[in-house]
Amino acid sequence: MRYLPHTPEEIQEMLAVVGAESLDQLFFPIPPACRRQSALELPAPLSEWALDARMDALAARTAVAPQAKVFLGAGSYDHFIPAAVDALAGRSEFLTAYTPYQPEISQGTLQAIYEYQTLACRLMGTEVATASHYDGATALAEALLMAIRKTGHRRVAVSRLVHPHYRQVAATYLHPAGYEIVELPYRPDGTTDLSTVEAEPDLAAVAIQSPNFFGCIEDLAAGAAAAKGVGALLVAGFTEALAYGLLKSPASQGAEIVAGEGQSLGLPRSFGGPGLGMLGTRQAHVRSLPGRLVGKTVDQEGRQGFVLTLATREQHIRRERATSNICTNNSHCALRAVMYMAALGGTGFRELAVLNHDKAAYLKQALAAAGHRVPFTRPIFNEFVVDFGTGFEAVHRRLQDAGIVAGLPLEADYPELAGCYLLCATETASRQDLDLLVKEVSR
Amino acid sequence: MNAPLGTTGLILDEPLLWERGRPGRRGACLPPADVPPSPLDPELCGDGPDFPDLSEVDLVRHFTRLSTWNYGVDTGFYPLGSCTMKYNPKTHERQAALKGFAAAHPLLPASLCQGALQLIWELERDLAAITGMDAVSLQPAAGAHGELAGMLVIHAHHQHQGHQRAKIIIPDTAHGTNPASAALCGYRPVAVASGPEGVLEPAAIEAVMDEETAGIMVTNPNTLGLFETHIREIAAIVHAKGGLVYADGANLNAVMGIVDMAAIGVDVIHLNLHKTFATPHGGGGPGSGPICVRRQLEPYLPVPRVVKDGDQYHLETDRPLSIGRMGSFHGHFGVMVKAYSYIRSMGADGLRRASELAVLNANYLKEKLKQDFHLAYDRPCMHECVFSDRRQAPFKVTTLDMAKRLMDYGFHPPTIYFPLVVHGAIMIEPTETESKEDLDRFVTAMRAIAEEARTEPETVKSAPRYTKVRRLDEVTAARKPCLVG
Ligand SMILES: Cc1ncc(COP(=O)(O)O)c(C=O)c1O
Repeated sequence: MRYLPHTPEEIQEMLAVVGAESLDQLFFPIPPACRRQSALELPAPLSEWALDARMDALAARTAVAPQAKVFLGAGSYDHFIPAAVDALAGRSEFLTAYTPYQPEISQGTLQAIYEYQTLACRLMGTEVATASHYDGATALAEALLMAIRKTGHRRVAVSRLVHPHYRQVAATYLHPAGYEIVELPYRPDGTTDLSTVEAEPDLAAVAIQSPNFFGCIEDLAAGAAAAKGVGALLVAGFTEALAYGLLKSPASQGAEIVAGEGQSLGLPRSFGGPGLGMLGTRQAHVRSLPGRLVGKTVDQEGRQGFVLTLATREQHIRRERATSNICTNNSHCALRAVMYMAALGGTGFRELAVLNHDKAAYLKQALAAAGHRVPFTRPIFNEFVVDFGTGFEAVHRRLQDAGIVAGLPLEADYPELAGCYLLCATETASRQDLDLLVKEVSR
Repeated sequence: MNAPLGTTGLILDEPLLWERGRPGRRGACLPPADVPPSPLDPELCGDGPDFPDLSEVDLVRHFTRLSTWNYGVDTGFYPLGSCTMKYNPKTHERQAALKGFAAAHPLLPASLCQGALQLIWELERDLAAITGMDAVSLQPAAGAHGELAGMLVIHAHHQHQGHQRAKIIIPDTAHGTNPASAALCGYRPVAVASGPEGVLEPAAIEAVMDEETAGIMVTNPNTLGLFETHIREIAAIVHAKGGLVYADGANLNAVMGIVDMAAIGVDVIHLNLHKTFATPHGGGGPGSGPICVRRQLEPYLPVPRVVKDGDQYHLETDRPLSIGRMGSFHGHFGVMVKAYSYIRSMGADGLRRASELAVLNANYLKEKLKQDFHLAYDRPCMHECVFSDRRQAPFKVTTLDMAKRLMDYGFHPPTIYFPLVVHGAIMIEPTETESKEDLDRFVTAMRAIAEEARTEPETVKSAPRYTKVRRLDEVTAARKPCLVG
């Protein structure tokens, strides 16, 4: 095996030092009743080239561009990733390091994550941002737990237009400890109905996602006001980080905690993970934050350097009283994100966001012109809902067989929206692709 | 050893990202705007984020220079205890980057993502085989996330039994994530001390286990690198009172093909694919922390589940007893591809051999170093061994000092000050991918440091000297946090 360097002679020499006769004898502390009775049953080992063939064959059995045309967003977005991001992130000095517990030989990771935290703040409008969380859903769940800690209240209100998976994860995280989640309904224009908030007692948080699951841009300022009115914190979620290249940042509209998914920032979709959980807030809340933080400091000679800091919030010090159980996070994903944000720059990021909006707006308009109903009137970013009608299922399946995924059916999560589909268009969809889709769904 | 080997040379300076570049530069192309502009209501628009504008060359230089300040497994020996910093095969990166994996949307209809579903399903079967457990969920994103999932499974089990419990037994050697994960389910951790041999004693468990206790979280081999020899008796005590046994499988690298987790009484175990299964740690993740359970706990596993029906795979979400969803989609699929590649490259014999050599390497270092360093438990170890700074204390040289000095000798330090039960712990996990000559070089460096501690302690106490920065002011960093530039 090419990863195991020991020669038989070396094994013998080392066994002699240890005072064991065989490798098997090294395991004598393990009682016989704890041992396996037989060898592991696994497929025979593959050579490197045989592995390539096996993996090529598996990978060939998923539908991806350019053969397939996939108009899906819903929390995972198709954006072009510059080769420089892959090359830099692939440097093994970054890739094969552990969490930077020893700062003197981890300054590369630490400075890069400090830079990530900074650009993440500039994107979300927050004063601080954590080093990363697993994904948007767990970041949101942790944000809700943080609001519960901050306010001492045990209930949270979550919009029905928060990504259904994110709401499910919030339930997984909150219910066992006895916290309650109430759902906020939505209005006919495709945004959250805040009118029920004032009647809810003891809320820790009001959670709204913008752009929301229907792609509509929410009025976060109204959400912040509603939350404030009942002594709760506005937690603003997002699944499409690129939207904030164009939209007002969540914190600038009054969100106390911002939590979302950064997959759009240079991460491949990779069948849904790893992504990047982003979480930010105001400086005043910093000691309640879950997760790792990198801070700037100086070394004993006065030179600038970076360390993991405020660790007294964390599990390895605080154990069961920690602000979170997270340890390994998604640091390498944050590294990719800072590289991607820097590759585009402020100017490029803005242009890309505008282009995404234009593509989706074009598709939305073209579908409307072809006679399809667009049920929600609120402005969108790069995805939106179309009502193709309840008979559309067969067409959707036929197109699917031809490698075209004409949006995500919403009925499973929103039974009242049978026949409605969530469609996404990013910069990677050409006008030709969009026109083709319109033609195919309108036949 | 006056001229430390391999640690001299060029160290480049590099400013912060936003101190580089000029407005209007561009490091990435945009596709042509082939649709008409459609201005958004200006009321909704912000100014766009204030990111620096860099050219591609600016970008590449910046991050390349930063990377040179890092130390990874590819740089050298990385004996970070409890972290299993084994070599990460290059072919794994190739496999995860295949377009059919990397570009796959997580909500593709099942008929369009059979390859991805098959990989998950097969990896679950492989991990079940390796642990001896019955069912696996690959949803958890890291070890601590697996712990939470496992605790939630136990919580759901007790709920279903009709009586929720309030406490959970956690040994004092446990990793901090254990009590933190248990607390997220509302469980109150009950600490038990390990016995004089460094392992749990059944009597200690018997004394605290009752019908208000949900079970025990036990790391096996434990964080002292010792196999919990009484694990079956302990499991029996816990089971007799209706509790369940949770195993933290962070240390599975010692026992692949050797120990059957089901046979030792484990009900739920999480694994760290980013440790045992050779996926790179990425400077702090992403990892993957699957949980493996016995048959009777399968109904509680997170949704969605990958199900095989004939030769077709699909996702199922309708599991009424499930703890629910753990993450946005299906877990860290990109990491799973690498772990799958590893298992399929190693095969059954290769994995067992990896464990054997991991244990050989650890025992070899233990024997070679125990003259110069105090060994917390002088017993045959598994894949790691724990020393302390007791012998260096008379010279006022601490574990931290020696860890820093190791950097000057070109090595990543071991894990230090963990487990908490060993004062000044130095926890060394060499892993199986290190050759004898690399171990010998490390021994030489450690012995030289022990000698320096006796003869020139200031050299050790003022280390490191050859790194990008020297010791950093962590106190001020925490007191006056500067987290954003
Ligand atoms: C014994 C043990 N348990 C749990 C964990 C947590 O794993 P992770 O960092 O992947 O969350 C670790 C690793 O840090 C560990 O060493």
